Amino acid sequence: MMQTQSLTMPVNATGEHEVHDVAATQALGFWIYLMSDLVVFSGLFATYVVMAHNYAGGPTGKELFHLPDALLETMLLLCSSAVFGLAMVAMHKGDKRLVLAGLAAAFLLGLGFLSMEASEFHTMIREGAGPQRSGFLSAFFTLVGTHGLHVTFGMLWMAVMMVQTVAKGLTAPVQARLMRLGMFWHFLDIVWIGLFTVVYLMGVL
Amino acid sequence: MNQAHQTNAGASSGSIKSYATGFVLSIVLTLIPFMLVMTGALSHSAIVFCIFATAILQIFVQLHYFLHLDTSSAMHWNLMSLLFTFFIIFLFVGGSIWIMYSLHYRM
Repeated sequence: MMQTQSLTMPVNATGEHEVHDVAATQALGFWIYLMSDLVVFSGLFATYVVMAHNYAGGPTGKELFHLPDALLETMLLLCSSAVFGLAMVAMHKGDKRLVLAGLAAAFLLGLGFLSMEASEFHTMIREGAGPQRSGFLSAFFTLVGTHGLHVTFGMLWMAVMMVQTVAKGLTAPVQARLMRLGMFWHFLDIVWIGLFTVVYLMGVL
Repeated sequence: MNQAHQTNAGASSGSIKSYATGFVLSIVLTLIPFMLVMTGALSHSAIVFCIFATAILQIFVQLHYFLHLDTSSAMHWNLMSLLFTFFIIFLFVGGSIWIMYSLHYRM
């Protein structure tokens, strides 16, 4: 990375450029982690697609999924992502209060998404359509649950970053962390589009 | 200096306009397949095609407007790793589905 950086810009031993270099290297490293995460999700997607019709006499996706709820979940996640983007714009202007407001709004929208997903899981398990019912449901809970777990950890990270923004202010390391959190949050959106399409839309069709 | 400004690989700063554009496009690209499935306006195979077309389009919209991925030199390695990942996913998911479909067909 340092080598490729030096091709595009002179690397100074001190000052602004070095800070910038570290942030850029960290961002690329985090990006590669996200790509490995994408491979994990693709494995779960492949499993789901293979298992999608193995109902074992149990309920099908058509009976279980409520599409308007899934649409609302998508909207919550999209709004959360957009609000986080606005917080990033505020961060570049150095507006700490707006950053905190944006993070809080993104957190609450994420919480709305997670509570909807939790209530969906709860209803399904109560109706006897838990992960042990059929191959289809095992794959469903693993795939959607893994995404939900990612969202949970993203929100935990968001809470930590709100505390850090208050305690440390918008210092260079805090800004770099907020940027990586942003990458993580937008990335989860992209995975959800796949889930919405493959699991919910195809399941109801 | 302009180069230095763009080197925040994978997380360069967007503007309010770019986030708003991405947001509106994403909503439209979510509503289209939703309406198609709810109303059942087209034939089954046409709906399936439209669902996947809008999903793939939306993934590109989000990569461009939210993750600011483009073909600039600063984004070179991000783009390369993404393409490599897509290749792995193509082998992984495509291969699994192909094998399992074949298995179902022959048994």
